Amino acid sequence: MNRFLRRPSGKALVISVPYLWMFLFFLLPFVIVLKISFSQAAIAIPPYERLFQYADQALTIVLNMGNYIFLTQDSLYYAAYLGSLRIALITTLVCLLLGYPMALAIARAPRERQMIYLLLIMMPTWTALLIRVYAWMGILSSNGLLNNVLQSLGLIDAPLQILNTNSAVYIGLVYAYLPFMVLPLYANLVKHDPTLLEAATDLGASRIRAFWKVTVPLSRAGIIAGSMLVFIPVVGEFVVPELLGGPETLMIGRVLWQEFFNNRDWPVASALAIVMLVLLLVPIILFHYNQSREMEKKT
Amino acid sequence: MRRPDFSTVVLWCGLLFLYLPMVILVIYSFNASRLVTVWGGWSVHWYVGLLDNTQLMSAVKRSLQIAFYTATAAVVLGTMAAFAMTRIRHFRGRTLFSGMVTAPLVMPEVITGLSLLLLFVAMAQVLEYLMGITFDRGMLTIWIAHTTFAVAYVAIVVSSRLGELDQSMEEAALDLGAPPWKTFMLITVPMIAPSIIAGWLLSFTLSLDDLVLASFVSGPGSTTLPMEIFSAVRLGVKPEINAIASVILLAVSLFTLLIWFIARRADKRSRMLPPEEERLRAQPQG
Repeated sequence: MNRFLRRPSGKALVISVPYLWMFLFFLLPFVIVLKISFSQAAIAIPPYERLFQYADQALTIVLNMGNYIFLTQDSLYYAAYLGSLRIALITTLVCLLLGYPMALAIARAPRERQMIYLLLIMMPTWTALLIRVYAWMGILSSNGLLNNVLQSLGLIDAPLQILNTNSAVYIGLVYAYLPFMVLPLYANLVKHDPTLLEAATDLGASRIRAFWKVTVPLSRAGIIAGSMLVFIPVVGEFVVPELLGGPETLMIGRVLWQEFFNNRDWPVASALAIVMLVLLLVPIILFHYNQSREMEKKT
Repeated sequence: MRRPDFSTVVLWCGLLFLYLPMVILVIYSFNASRLVTVWGGWSVHWYVGLLDNTQLMSAVKRSLQIAFYTATAAVVLGTMAAFAMTRIRHFRGRTLFSGMVTAPLVMPEVITGLSLLLLFVAMAQVLEYLMGITFDRGMLTIWIAHTTFAVAYVAIVVSSRLGELDQSMEEAALDLGAPPWKTFMLITVPMIAPSIIAGWLLSFTLSLDDLVLASFVSGPGSTTLPMEIFSAVRLGVKPEINAIASVILLAVSLFTLLIWFIARRADKRSRMLPPEEERLRAQPQG
């Protein structure tokens, strides 16, 4: 036990201030979302009816299940959840296939060059997602750069329709989330002891076999962290499908946004958020468990 | 010369994939033609036009202000959270605490945005009912939303540094009779300063970039820069947007270089330390 915080006042302060903030502005809001998902939409400000009513000395609590039943009745929502999960899964796999060799190359580079590569990987993540997605709009549009280049090379006769299709969404998502796969993988791979690989090859394993039998199993925590950092946010992604996708692109983040901003149906939007949260609970817990185990190892 | 191996080739292709679109965007921002797809010669016309766009400029100013306050608050809260997570092994609700601190990293923004908005609406109702205060959404609510989100990032950055830090220096200061708060300010903070600065800069850019949270929790008259850009971009590619996007890209690149230099200096310094650290570690700790 660190003696730093022997004095109770300092300890209490360090814990309680961030605790209170996160409780108030991160955890408590979910309770309110849950509450509103059980209320009925109304034309009012705010646009929902009260859950608790006190009249004639009786407190009545009206739990309206209608929003959840509504979600099961309209196939749009079902398709949007399924579409989100599928798109997130494929994006994660592509990011892993592309990101693993990248992270491996960085981890095996000389130390000074590792820093430069890391900077190059990190920089895009600090640039607005909006702008990076916007850059693709100009490239993929039917009279955009890609089609112009392909046409002038004579590879295609008519411009390809890429923008506003699912292909554009996949390109945009992999583009936006690739760094989040590479960074945790690198952090894991760089800690590997190179003598283990030498031992494997000395004992007669081929380089490929040594990679599958030594490097991959050791990088499990990195694979989990990277995959979760891609999968979970992509399920709820809004900007990429909104700007690059078309009418065929059904993703739950987009549906929730429309339900909230265009239809002003706050209760249905809340129910959508709650269902999304339930779907993501297992991956989020997996991510958290993985993170805290890594942190325990360090201290 | 050795043939580059497979993973290096993928790395270079990946970097090309990450950077080519941004390079193209910047080149096209100097296009004189109004038609974004036709090249009409070089021009800085669209950049000059930005300065006259007062709506955009006030959004820039607002976004910078929010980002500054967000970064400052997030660094204070995030460092405290990191300290609690790495140095206090047992306290009531530790699991919940670390869960609340790491969850915002992966939580889809639409969920966080919606939930915060509903909280602010509920808060406004309570405040109005109890005290008769009207509580409007605006820069304050955007600041709260951004800070909550950025605390998680700062906590991760700072706690990874705290985790690898040699605690013998702090122990020594305490042994020599320094009060804990003084030890923290004079020993711990200088040692973790690079990660605190990196956390500040990271929070600043996160806040500057955010569209989804701000869209949910902003009120009338508090449109941020990403919100302005988004409403323009929805209607298609425009030369003005190319210009402002390039300015942002340049600013972020400079920022990142700055962080990189800070991190590199810290890295060099910590690698110069080892003999010293070894010596300290060898001493019996009382």
